[in-house]
Amino acid sequence: MIEPFVRHTGAVAALPRADVDTDQIIPKQFLKRVERTGFGPALFYDWRFRPDGSVNSGFELNRPEAQGATILLAGANFGCGSSREHAVWALSEYGFRAILAPSFADIFYANCCQNGVLAVRLSSEEIAELLRRHAAAGGVYRLSIDLTEQRVEDGAGFAAPFTIDAYRREMLLHGLDEIGRTLLEEDRIAAYEKGRGKGNGEGKTW
Amino acid sequence: MTPRTLFAKLWDAHVVHRFPGGGPALLYVDLHLVHEVTSPQAFAGLRQAGRRVRRPELTVATVDHNVPTGDRALPIEDPVSARQLDALAVNAREFGVELFDLRSPSQGIVHVIGPEQGFTQPGMIIVCGDSHTSTHGAFGALAVGIGTSEVEHVLATQCLVWSEPRTMEARLTGAAGPGVTAKDLILALIGSIGTAGATGHVIEYTGDAIRALSMEQRMTVCNMSIEAGARAGMIAPDETTFTYLAGRPRAPTGAAWTRAVEAWRGLQSDPGATYDRRVTLDAATVAPQVTWGTSPGMVTGVTGAVPDPADFPTDDERRAVSRALEYMGLAPGTPLAGLPIDRVFLGSCTNGRIEDLRAAARVVQGRRVASSVRAMVVPGSQQVRAQAEREGLDRVFREAGFEWRNAGCSMCLGMNADILQAGERCASTSNRNFEGRQGRGGRTHLMSPPMAAAAAVAGRLVDVRDWAS
Repeated sequence: MIEPFVRHTGAVAALPRADVDTDQIIPKQFLKRVERTGFGPALFYDWRFRPDGSVNSGFELNRPEAQGATILLAGANFGCGSSREHAVWALSEYGFRAILAPSFADIFYANCCQNGVLAVRLSSEEIAELLRRHAAAGGVYRLSIDLTEQRVEDGAGFAAPFTIDAYRREMLLHGLDEIGRTLLEEDRIAAYEKGRGKGNGEGKTW
Repeated sequence: MTPRTLFAKLWDAHVVHRFPGGGPALLYVDLHLVHEVTSPQAFAGLRQAGRRVRRPELTVATVDHNVPTGDRALPIEDPVSARQLDALAVNAREFGVELFDLRSPSQGIVHVIGPEQGFTQPGMIIVCGDSHTSTHGAFGALAVGIGTSEVEHVLATQCLVWSEPRTMEARLTGAAGPGVTAKDLILALIGSIGTAGATGHVIEYTGDAIRALSMEQRMTVCNMSIEAGARAGMIAPDETTFTYLAGRPRAPTGAAWTRAVEAWRGLQSDPGATYDRRVTLDAATVAPQVTWGTSPGMVTGVTGAVPDPADFPTDDERRAVSRALEYMGLAPGTPLAGLPIDRVFLGSCTNGRIEDLRAAARVVQGRRVASSVRAMVVPGSQQVRAQAEREGLDRVFREAGFEWRNAGCSMCLGMNADILQAGERCASTSNRNFEGRQGRGGRTHLMSPPMAAAAAVAGRLVDVRDWAS
């Protein structure tokens, strides 16, 4: 079952890099599992661990104050590249409930919604301000994200609204199963299929 | 009626339902392509919920991402890969889906075999749990990559929920010079608009430079739409498209073919149709492209040099470029031509088709791979491999010192045994130069097949235009 997302308050980890691709989020050697679970330990594997398997203490998520973070502050075009949903499964299993960035790649954004992970688009200036506050607090920084109010705030003067389309908001608020939702439209699907022909437009005027 | 874009025509024709309040649409899917890496969890979900595949006859599966490309008679060494391949075989059998498995003479990369077998046709909505599904848009289809939850959704409902994207026209004018390929055009475009330049958009490629391309070259262009951020790229079908499709195993025949072509001729943007954004590129100004960094947008002409991070306008860019140069082991100002390489990879859904192999073989013919280089050719499908062997291309490559392998995604993403070692520098015809993409610590330079072939022979990056004679 998908965990509903209504309001969440949690510790923030920052990864201020643009164009973080899904190959970095979950490297390909971990894509061979046939389950949806077991990807958390492999999150950002090549960044979190050195080639000899030891912990890379210089990587942002390995800092002591980033432990237990549930909100990830990221750069533009987060989640670009491969469509692998394993990237979202890994982020979610690691503990992240929300990702804040100036922009997300389209497929990654859709994959987040399918798994109860809230991807919040804020302006570049707002993300820069959050990064400043996170750094000024020595990395010990918390945010609240309210999906009903569509608002991010830190209780210390930062507050920003965000937009999300009504359909995806409902899905996240109630942890809805999209297949179950679509199957409510069975009559419409069946009617479309009747008039569809061969699917390649044969006999059709565009 | 309001003039409509090609995208709008395909979108409108496939809307089953629009969710109220400006929400997404429910779109009917005509062809669902499935592979072993992004489907097992989707089939497991169906099984758990007691659901069936709604339209198995519109669903086609193949194995490509983690298949070994060595001797097919040997058992698969990696037990985890074998388990994933077995899972797809079991799922295909249980749910009644056609499967092109490792024994099939038509097995290959999903984006190569779809068009090759004639499954891919104009006017369709095509989906696959793979971002390079955009390839199929070259036929005037609306083809999008989806995640595994969406794969399960399409299996169960034959529909995709998608918020209507914006449209972008990428007009490629002029004529590309000698030695400049479709790969160079799309890399130059990505370099120009950026890897997020088309996020939220579907690109329609138009203009004389696109019309002049063969079907396979058009697929190369559409393939890398995702590297510009677009979930789909498309090209209106024309005689080139119809000639390519005629006689393919799954293409319509007889009167149905005639009716289909007649309908497909209407699949183009109406005069006066408007796009949300327009970009242009003069193909005559494009030199053979080489990436120097860890993102496909970090690209320049082969006559250029590694840039200096200090020359970039924002802090973010300067940081990203510095990081990329450190990973790539490159100093600012280093000319790209002359950079020594260790490996060459010819293949992938971007450049693993017969025309790609022919173009590379023309460069290699009568020459030898440099002694310091290990080079491999991985055809995009077993059909491409067989065709190349009929033409004697395998002999050209083997005699030059290339490894001649079986079909699969191979070193494009390194899920099988074909990977780079740390620090190795590779001239690659694939689509992504991300950190670690071809193997942890591996350094990837993306380029066209003729450029990669020339690099194999020279042992360093060279301008293939100097090799024309």
